[in-house]
Amino acid sequence: MNPVVLISVLALGITAAVAGIALYVISRTFHVVEDARVDEIENLLPGINCGACGYPGCRGCAEAIITAADDGDITGFFCPPGGNEVMGKIARKLGYQAQRQMPTTAVLLCNGGMDKAPVKYRYRGPEKCFISHELFLGPAGCAYGCLGYGDCVQACDFDAIKIDPKTGLPVILEDHCVSCGACVKACPRNLIVILPRGGQNQRVWVACQNREKGAIAIKNCKAACIACNKCVKICDQIAQAVSIQNNVAVIDQERCTRCGTCVGECPTGAILANFSLFEELGEPALKDGGKQ
Amino acid sequence: MRRDTFPLGGVHPPQRKYTADRPIIALDPPAEAVVFMNQHLGAPAQPLVQKGDQVRVGTLIGRSRGFISANIHSPVSGKVIKIEPRIDISGYRRTAVVIETQGDDWEDSVDLDDTPTRKISFTPDKIIKTIESLGVVGMGGAAFPSHIKYMLPENKKADTLIVNGVECEPYLTADHRLMLEKPDQIMQGIEVMKKAGRISYALVGIEANKPDAIDLLAEKAKFYPGTEIRSLRVKYPQGAEKQLIKALLNREIPGGGLPMDVGCIVNNIGTAYAIYQAVVHHRPLVDRVVTLAGSGLKNPGNYRVRVGTSVREMLNLAGDQMPPDTEKVIMGGPMTGKAILDLGMPVSKGTSGILFQNRRECSSGPSLNCIRCGRCIAVCPMGLRPYLLEKLCRMKNFQRAEQERVMDCIECGSCAYGCPSGIPLVEYIKYGKNRVLEIMKKRREK
Repeated sequence: MNPVVLISVLALGITAAVAGIALYVISRTFHVVEDARVDEIENLLPGINCGACGYPGCRGCAEAIITAADDGDITGFFCPPGGNEVMGKIARKLGYQAQRQMPTTAVLLCNGGMDKAPVKYRYRGPEKCFISHELFLGPAGCAYGCLGYGDCVQACDFDAIKIDPKTGLPVILEDHCVSCGACVKACPRNLIVILPRGGQNQRVWVACQNREKGAIAIKNCKAACIACNKCVKICDQIAQAVSIQNNVAVIDQERCTRCGTCVGECPTGAILANFSLFEELGEPALKDGGKQ
Repeated sequence: MRRDTFPLGGVHPPQRKYTADRPIIALDPPAEAVVFMNQHLGAPAQPLVQKGDQVRVGTLIGRSRGFISANIHSPVSGKVIKIEPRIDISGYRRTAVVIETQGDDWEDSVDLDDTPTRKISFTPDKIIKTIESLGVVGMGGAAFPSHIKYMLPENKKADTLIVNGVECEPYLTADHRLMLEKPDQIMQGIEVMKKAGRISYALVGIEANKPDAIDLLAEKAKFYPGTEIRSLRVKYPQGAEKQLIKALLNREIPGGGLPMDVGCIVNNIGTAYAIYQAVVHHRPLVDRVVTLAGSGLKNPGNYRVRVGTSVREMLNLAGDQMPPDTEKVIMGGPMTGKAILDLGMPVSKGTSGILFQNRRECSSGPSLNCIRCGRCIAVCPMGLRPYLLEKLCRMKNFQRAEQERVMDCIECGSCAYGCPSGIPLVEYIKYGKNRVLEIMKKRREK
């Protein structure tokens, strides 16, 4: 046999044996006992690492839940994508009472698409909302409305946001939305909020954030909230859920009965509902825009 | 004569100074003047007039508020018809006083005579006070209130006054014309500034592409001891104060520092003239020379317009109209100026030029990926790494951006000018600078 072959086999073999023994000894002496429950909890979690719970990924959340469980309290943990189902399973596994929360979804607070808020000038800078927001009021002249360059679309890991080519506004697909809040952080104008999905997945919201006075707001956008108080007056007889704050109507989601009266009452169509109001009101109350 | 320049980076954009031989034409006051209360850097002025008030040219209509702020004077005579928020050059609504012009009636205190006089009998404090009260700000573009530059802290001392006649931006010729037409007044203004800063030595930096101005001022400088005219090699951005100091004196301002840290006070040629007018003739800053440029214009040139004249009105007064193929209207120079959103935008104290570009001139292709050619690093006059800063700002890693000295960027646009991938580097870096500024402010408050 060629001595070169022999020497290399021997040398490598001995190195391998020494290294193997060393590795074995080291792994034994420095062995870390992992809590087996962390793996179990992690398997129960959706595994999408969205960060909505406030922890770095699902494993981070699982570790935090186990630590909290050992301290005797897992209230305060909630996995928005997994919802009550996942949290129920986790609570049962750890022997706790499940804490129920209303499922949520992301909602866009602007209805001023290109049809309602016409573009006044062409913006030629980088097509990013955060850059455009830094420089100008936005092509429509509204300092509060959606810019439509799709920072939220890029931020969404679940393909839940699409830009509607007709209006130029992002559309949030509720079926895909896990309410992780990535779009909320991405929007430089804070136009996306996480709202409770509401009973039977029905909700009503004010799709405008324009804090200018009504006359200025309506000049730039036909769908702006002009703070005319109509919705407040009508709702005062029903649920007292609507109020005007900073020249914008705000609906208290906990009080709202989802009757949809204010949607029909709004003169500019700034209040939106995600359900059809036709049966309830007996007539087509929505002029335009009622559906998302 | 020595030809100096700053050593690091820089670019050579085509100069296109087509209006250099057009004399300054004084335009009539506009029919309506829109006077913003924040024409300067710092806190906006407090409006002093009310709707319906009669004002004359030079009436104080906005009082400075805070340390870094400036007074605003009425550029026309007539009636205040509105005080309302209007969209200004930044794109946001700011308080503006709208004045309807009736005649051209100046305040009695203003001396309209512009013949140069050689007598200055003011004390430095009196000069600074006059500059402050008459609202003189830097005319180069940033509109930094001028009087603050001369109010040095106790522990700082300036030994050199630098007068910036570089005008390195393409198209702009306003300062060039001013040097040719008002050399005596400018030299006189420099004397006033020297006195205000208690400085005995002044350096005027002019780029070599203005030989007539250099010769003329050098001729005049013979009669003004302590003032030297220096010809500089043509390179953008030589008009930036940090680069100019480096080119003239080979001194480097420390990061985050001011010219006074290296014993300099830097003022523009336009400011020298404005200071001369303010101190000698008691004339507040109500008008300025603006270069009107663009390939499609019939009457491009240099015009002396009142502050508050809208671009539309200025075109009318100049006997011109917007070229039909205009794609972009820029206020300021093409490298650092801002595009405006409608022609109602008024000229402010810091507007040095108005440029009309057609589609071909302002075409920017799609922004492609960075190919790491390093051209932006080669041209950055501040020695930064623009490609890295752009990425850090785009990805919102502001902590790292601050470490990479994003705040030292002077936003000259040299990096984006030469980028083969057409990346809008400056926009992202500007965004990052604003965010880092916020973070720094928060940290200071803690």
